[in-house]
Amino acid sequence: MSEAGLKSSRFRKEREKSWRQLERIIKKIESGSTRSISDEDMIALPGLYRSALSSLSVARATSLDQSVVQYLESLSTRAYFILYGTRTSLAKRIGGFFVRDWPNAAQALWKETTASFIVIAIFAVISYILVMNNIDWFYSLMPGAMGEMRNPSASTEYLRETLFDGSSDDGLSSFSAFLMSHNSKVAIMAFALGFAFCLPTAYFMAFTGCMLGSFVALFADRGLGIEAAGWLSIHGTTEIFAIILAGAAGFHIGLSIAFPKDKPRLESASSAGRQGAVLMAGVVVMLIVAGLLEGFARQLVKSTSLRFTIGGGMLFLWCVYLYVPRNRLNIGSKS
Amino acid sequence: MVRLSLRTAQPIKHRIKVMSQTARNIHHKEPALTRALVTPEGVDLRIQLADMGARFGAFFIDLAIITAVIVGVMFIYSITFGLSSQGDSEIGTVLLTMLWFFLRSFYFIAFEISRHAATPGKRLLKIRVTSRDGGRLTAPAVFSRNAMRELEFFLPLQFLLFGGLTQESGWLYLAGTIWFCVFLFFPLFNRDNLRAGDIVGGTWVIRAPRPILAKDLSDKVLPDNVEFDFTPQQLKAYGIHELHVLEDVIRNNDLATIVAVADRIRAKLAWEKGPNEKSRDFLSAYYSGLRKMLETQMVFGKRRKDKFDV
Repeated sequence: MSEAGLKSSRFRKEREKSWRQLERIIKKIESGSTRSISDEDMIALPGLYRSALSSLSVARATSLDQSVVQYLESLSTRAYFILYGTRTSLAKRIGGFFVRDWPNAAQALWKETTASFIVIAIFAVISYILVMNNIDWFYSLMPGAMGEMRNPSASTEYLRETLFDGSSDDGLSSFSAFLMSHNSKVAIMAFALGFAFCLPTAYFMAFTGCMLGSFVALFADRGLGIEAAGWLSIHGTTEIFAIILAGAAGFHIGLSIAFPKDKPRLESASSAGRQGAVLMAGVVVMLIVAGLLEGFARQLVKSTSLRFTIGGGMLFLWCVYLYVPRNRLNIGSKS
Repeated sequence: MVRLSLRTAQPIKHRIKVMSQTARNIHHKEPALTRALVTPEGVDLRIQLADMGARFGAFFIDLAIITAVIVGVMFIYSITFGLSSQGDSEIGTVLLTMLWFFLRSFYFIAFEISRHAATPGKRLLKIRVTSRDGGRLTAPAVFSRNAMRELEFFLPLQFLLFGGLTQESGWLYLAGTIWFCVFLFFPLFNRDNLRAGDIVGGTWVIRAPRPILAKDLSDKVLPDNVEFDFTPQQLKAYGIHELHVLEDVIRNNDLATIVAVADRIRAKLAWEKGPNEKSRDFLSAYYSGLRKMLETQMVFGKRRKDKFDV
């Protein structure tokens, strides 16, 4: 039956060579050996891609050979993702994140950040006042697991010891590792739960504020308030800042779903999700830094004033890094 | 009155026929998981969404890999430092906590951010993540789709495994189970099989098959001693859908099926089977003839979808 030859099979024979060439280049790129590709291949790639696309259009219109159409569809899709997909390397992406993306996201979400700071602050102050007035409030504001031995029934001596004597805590490094993964989890929760119209995020922020306020109040009740604040601040400024930012990212998603403005709700959610996610990646970095400060610096530095200096210094650095405008830098990099 | 109702009955019958036809066309021309992806060059690539089986399968493979890594590291650790030493157990706990945290958080992100846009499990099952708007898959999109995974899977899992047992309350346990199920079955209840992370990240998961270019069936050389001459009437018996089914039958090359299909086609065409005629050759010849006719029709702007299409 091939004597007359179908138009579509003649078409295939004419084009097949360039399809195979494209497939070979794609295979090389997909297997990760970008460097082994010759310059000719790299130059030929866009042209081959476009000719595969045009072959696909022709094949759909004139050929009834399923295998050709399917092959061309998948070939064009693979080439499409290579040409229009990720172009920058991982190292460049990470660099761009620290130089540009993270501070930009933090600045864009300043309103949400302020909101989540206010929630934490209000609840911290309220719970501080409550615990100072009646110590029993401590038990209801602080769930059992978090306060462990540090509760109103402990002696002042013991409380002082927990602030300054690292060596007696033998499970400390494992506890600190646990805390770090716990804090990251809380931060990720505050972000991820934001889509439920901000309410769970607000709860997480309020909860953090309560723990903070009642913890300081417990020590302040025994005249150790300044020391406790110092003990907290060395890692706490970084950690609480991170949690505030996570809350901001969560609020951002929740608001975008509740009030999508002129976009469809789904689209609004995903664009907010992307912006929030940049901030969240930064939050994870901050929490790792906080974990290191908590695990090492706090055990090594025993002086309260030095602790305040380190904590305040970290806060200052984060603020400068995140909020100092980069306009001049951007213009410089563009020109 | 009676006449009137009889007259109106006619179009209804016709409409039903048209409806059933479109239903059939949708069934075999546009699978429910096909989506448009128009390239900047203006060609629709018609991507296929991954089905739920592949998605769950890929996730289980990834979980198995993560578990294997953790078990492997703990095994090496216990061999090098010994099992019994109580004092070192703390370092082990730290290691385990950190490892579990990092693997759980960054395994998916690191692999999906890479060129393949797929974890090893996804690559194995030939699916990949891509941006829903057809644009570039960005790092923030990958990050947020995987941050939601924490909420959808790991948190309720932890809760069901550990929290539920220590907390005596059955209600909490029930709430956890409902939470788990809502997110687990979430992808089944939307058109695009999106999980919550896909919604927030603006992504979806598509099939990334790599079919090989099979031989052109119309090129098959037939033996000289048999004549296959089909009349135009015989070539009009089938449409494009049947042609594609026939293509699948010939490519699968299962003898019993080939004989059965050939017999049915012969009966339909009222074709006399020749003495030297093999079923496979008959099908190949008929495939070529039918394809030629249908492709010629297509050039003139007529796509005959199936044998019911006239």
